[in-house]
Amino acid sequence: MQASPDRMSPQVIRTPSASAMWLRAISMTSAAMLLASCNEGVLDPHGPVGKAERVILYDSTAIMLAVVIPVIVLTLVFAWWFRARNSQARYRPDWEYSGRIEMIIWSIPALVILFLGGIAWTGSHDLDPPAPLAGSTAPLDIEVISLDWRWLFIYPHEGIASLNRLVVPAGVPLRFRLTSTTVMNSFFVPQLGSQIYTMPNMVTRLNLQADQPGTFEGLSAMFSGDGFSDMRFDLVSMGSEAFKDWVSTTKAHGGVLDTSTVAELIKPAKADGVQTYAQVSEGLFDRISLGSMATVSPQRGQ
Amino acid sequence: MFGRLNWAAIPFDQPVVMIASGTVGFVIFCVLALVTIKGWWPYLWREWITSVDHKRIGVMYLLLALLMLVRGFSDAMLMRSQLALAAGHAQGYLPPEHYDQIFSAHGTIMIFFVAMPFVVGLMNFVLPLQLGVRDVAFPVLNSVSFWLTAAGVLLVNASLVVGEFARTGWLAYPPLSEVAYSPGVGVDYYLWSLQISGLGTLLSGINLLTTILKLRAPGMGYRQMPIFCWTALASNLLIVASFPILTATFAMLLLDRYCDFHFFTNDLGGNPMMYINLIWSWGHPEVYILILPAFGVFSEVVATFSGKPLFGRRSMVMATMAICVLSFLVWLHHFFTMGAGADVNGFFGIMTMIIAVPTGVKIFNWLFTLYGGRIRFTVPVYWAIGFMVTFVIGGMTGVLMAIPPADFVLHNSLFLIAHFHNVAIGGVVFGVMAGISYWFPKAFGFTLHERLGKAVFWCWFIGFYLAFMPLYVLGLMGATRRMQHYSNLHWQPLMLVALAGALLILLGIALTGVQLAVSIRQRERNRDVTGDPWNGRTLEWSTPSPPPAWNFSHLPQVDRPDAFWAMKQQRGGAQNRNVKRTYETIHVPRNNPTGFYLAFFAVLLGFSLIWRIWWGTGLGLLGAIVVCLMQAWRTDTEVEVPAEKVAAFERLHGPKESTV
Amino acid sequence: MSAAEQALASGDAVPLSLRGPAPTRVVAGYGFWLFLLSDIVIFAALFAAYAVLSGESAGGPTAADLFDKRHVLIETACLLASSVTCGFGSLAVQSGDRNSTYFWMAITFILGVTFLSLEVSEFSHMLSIGAGPSRSAFLSAFFTLVGTHGLHVTIGLCWLIVMLLQVATLGFQPMVSRRFFCFGLFWHALDIVWIGVFTIVYLGAHL
Repeated sequence: MQASPDRMSPQVIRTPSASAMWLRAISMTSAAMLLASCNEGVLDPHGPVGKAERVILYDSTAIMLAVVIPVIVLTLVFAWWFRARNSQARYRPDWEYSGRIEMIIWSIPALVILFLGGIAWTGSHDLDPPAPLAGSTAPLDIEVISLDWRWLFIYPHEGIASLNRLVVPAGVPLRFRLTSTTVMNSFFVPQLGSQIYTMPNMVTRLNLQADQPGTFEGLSAMFSGDGFSDMRFDLVSMGSEAFKDWVSTTKAHGGVLDTSTVAELIKPAKADGVQTYAQVSEGLFDRISLGSMATVSPQRGQ
Repeated sequence: MFGRLNWAAIPFDQPVVMIASGTVGFVIFCVLALVTIKGWWPYLWREWITSVDHKRIGVMYLLLALLMLVRGFSDAMLMRSQLALAAGHAQGYLPPEHYDQIFSAHGTIMIFFVAMPFVVGLMNFVLPLQLGVRDVAFPVLNSVSFWLTAAGVLLVNASLVVGEFARTGWLAYPPLSEVAYSPGVGVDYYLWSLQISGLGTLLSGINLLTTILKLRAPGMGYRQMPIFCWTALASNLLIVASFPILTATFAMLLLDRYCDFHFFTNDLGGNPMMYINLIWSWGHPEVYILILPAFGVFSEVVATFSGKPLFGRRSMVMATMAICVLSFLVWLHHFFTMGAGADVNGFFGIMTMIIAVPTGVKIFNWLFTLYGGRIRFTVPVYWAIGFMVTFVIGGMTGVLMAIPPADFVLHNSLFLIAHFHNVAIGGVVFGVMAGISYWFPKAFGFTLHERLGKAVFWCWFIGFYLAFMPLYVLGLMGATRRMQHYSNLHWQPLMLVALAGALLILLGIALTGVQLAVSIRQRERNRDVTGDPWNGRTLEWSTPSPPPAWNFSHLPQVDRPDAFWAMKQQRGGAQNRNVKRTYETIHVPRNNPTGFYLAFFAVLLGFSLIWRIWWGTGLGLLGAIVVCLMQAWRTDTEVEVPAEKVAAFERLHGPKESTV
Repeated sequence: MSAAEQALASGDAVPLSLRGPAPTRVVAGYGFWLFLLSDIVIFAALFAAYAVLSGESAGGPTAADLFDKRHVLIETACLLASSVTCGFGSLAVQSGDRNSTYFWMAITFILGVTFLSLEVSEFSHMLSIGAGPSRSAFLSAFFTLVGTHGLHVTIGLCWLIVMLLQVATLGFQPMVSRRFFCFGLFWHALDIVWIGVFTIVYLGAHL
């Protein structure tokens, strides 16, 4: 009888230290992983849309963790305490109902969802992709066309276009109209926020903004065939003066984007190399989005 | 003569494929040779292939699913190792046209040919036993369902060697899946194998639904029905209501591909968005078809091993049925990013979250079932607790993505991949594994090796966290799904961790094989002579293990959910022990090869359609019709089990006289 | 004592749900009824597709250009009448009257064939003027929806022949009458679907 506490004690000491070591290892790994994720991607936004979305991510996760963590802990605690060998635990073989507990367990998730539902409803209105962004400056219109497997960006008012590289002024709202020549893609710049599908014969809308100059990676987030993985582009955000310079340089050099150039572009090809066009034929985007180009697009061979 | 089929369809130039399929072919050859040499064919034909016994069919479903788990998992290993290598300028070892087939096959196989047969197999085995009846409503149809599923499996695997599989992702969104952009036979393989197996699933759903609603032991009303039967009821309701949508949608895509129709094409007014809406109005209920029976398994396991009735049974039933209905009202959350508008997105986001309420209630109910219990930490309990811990995390990330603006940055990312593996592995796989180790002794008469079972659990559990927690992080870092390589070198360490997790799961799968082998060798040591190895609560434990072909010599009289538990309590008084029981002649359905023959012709039909071999198509169709007509004129459909035989069986295996 | 036992003891009628396994006849009918529901879900999906695509004529003929209301009215009359004769046939099956079964089912068969041939003539006319299913999404949806119904009628007619052969060879066994009962359900369900087709496709075209 007396010996038993002694026999137990080394175990008691060893168990927490071992588990503490594990805990430390796990928490360090997860901290490292979280840190890694904070330096890029959607947790490191550089525009108002992405920032608002990060707030939603953090807030709703926190709200849910407030329930999820206790549930996990209680599961482990209940399971451990009521183990068959624990003679101290009270066995209640017929306990199967308690109106009070039932009420609580329906109301806890209901309340959480009520709260999150509010976030979802207001969030989807505030951050609706076609909704214009608040700002003093007039938005810059950009037309996005996903090709197999490249990105074509048209600046309708400037009359220029750029292939696989999207240059934008910092601090200016960007108003996108998007379509696709053949299959679906999704236009996504993680550090600016919302993505939206590009679809043949259809136009989707999206509003984003880059707050500071910088280069952000853009991609297609919707599988579109063999060249999909290379369908990446750089979004280069620059000061408005620099942007103006870029526009005039582009206007001065480079080829013409018209029906025949587009016919060449819509042939399946990997995304490599950047190109600009000094001139864009009027209404090109609308012709493509109305499907008049889709029918002539070549079929993919085997 | 052979349509599009020629020698070029076999990828002799791809060593990975040739070695893999060569090995598989060799193994199959060896198995067949062994069966032939040992003279097992008559036994297999009599006891398994033509069997219409729901227990045998259930076991065959589970075996099929285990086999396909290996196939689906080898795809997963290929993907994980490719992504561990293909960082920066590296392209890995799988070119896109191959990699794209692998992820499409992985998703298709894991959902349709692993998760579905797992769940359908468990329901098949357990339902009649829990309901206290002798078989399902339509035993021959049951065999047909199984063999049609097997036909689909055969076609999917044929695509590995002959031709190619779809390069479109597991749901084959048009316009990518249309002839214009996927001219090969890959999408045809996908569509025909799923049409054939989908028909099997639909028939099985009708069968099990009829069984639950019309065949129950006397006295078993809906209030007395065990909880697993309730979840199976919800699941089969969903099958009957949603699989026809899948059939219709695939039929439309097939017409587009074969007959130049324009449902989803880019030209002449086709609408690809309609496909996405239709496929997800099947696809979201499908998620609950899989998870609800798993919930049922956990309810049985937690109650049995806590030695308590399920806490809040009425809540549990209400929650199950609420999920069943709500699952049809959330499909749009799979494409918030298609530009539906704020009101629509907001509505579907909230509907999606509402499902979390009944699901949360279920979690709490299990929690309070544990409370006050006397918990025996058997293998099923490990899975159940592992599930409760893991599933709440998956549920949380799910609700997170139900918020449309959050989905705008998480959609199609590896975060999404992590989320649905979190609920699919943490929910469905854990549930099925719990169910298998729970009901295995009932099926075979001996328990599975306990320590190896726990080792399997830890491999899956830790392996899951290692494999998918990095994917959550990668998704937040902007990594998208279905990429064959990536330029960002920061991602590689996490990809390596994920690969390690996958390897651990692989070890778990291998250990399952070891566990089976060891358990079979030690079966005498672990024999279950009582029929009730876990001190169970429901009727399946009142029969001997394994149960006779007729399940119950007398249909039990039931008056509460935990019917067998109540019987045991009453029998504690030992008043009914020595009652001499009389037995009656029992009719059991006769073996029937219809299902096997139908599957044979279904494979011929599907394969011919895929390769445009029109005479084969005609032959397959004709053969199927002839088989059906032969079945229509079969009148001798039952075998009589004489009362003496039943009595003899009961003397041998029935409840033993107590040694009072 | 549970409610069920009390009911048993007092001799009151036991609620249906507590009486134990239902007889085969009920089970078969119920299962087939569930199958029909799932079949109706297939039609629901095709109706939905038609509703989405009915305006997408892509410059080709529209619904109002194509459909001849009188033609469809005759089709409808045939099918509805065949449902009535099928009903009489089912009564004959129940009373085990072989000759009147043959009589009513033969009329049902003839009406079904008439319906089908009218449909085929409509389809072939449309094909001949270049309004086939490949012309536009609207026509794809039309041919699929109406054609699927037609396919069901064809299968129903084949089934009817098989059933008559079964009566001839096996007589009115319980198994055969069960199947006849299911056939009746099937045939009436096709009527219900056709009423949907008639209203949404043909009447809807002139709205």
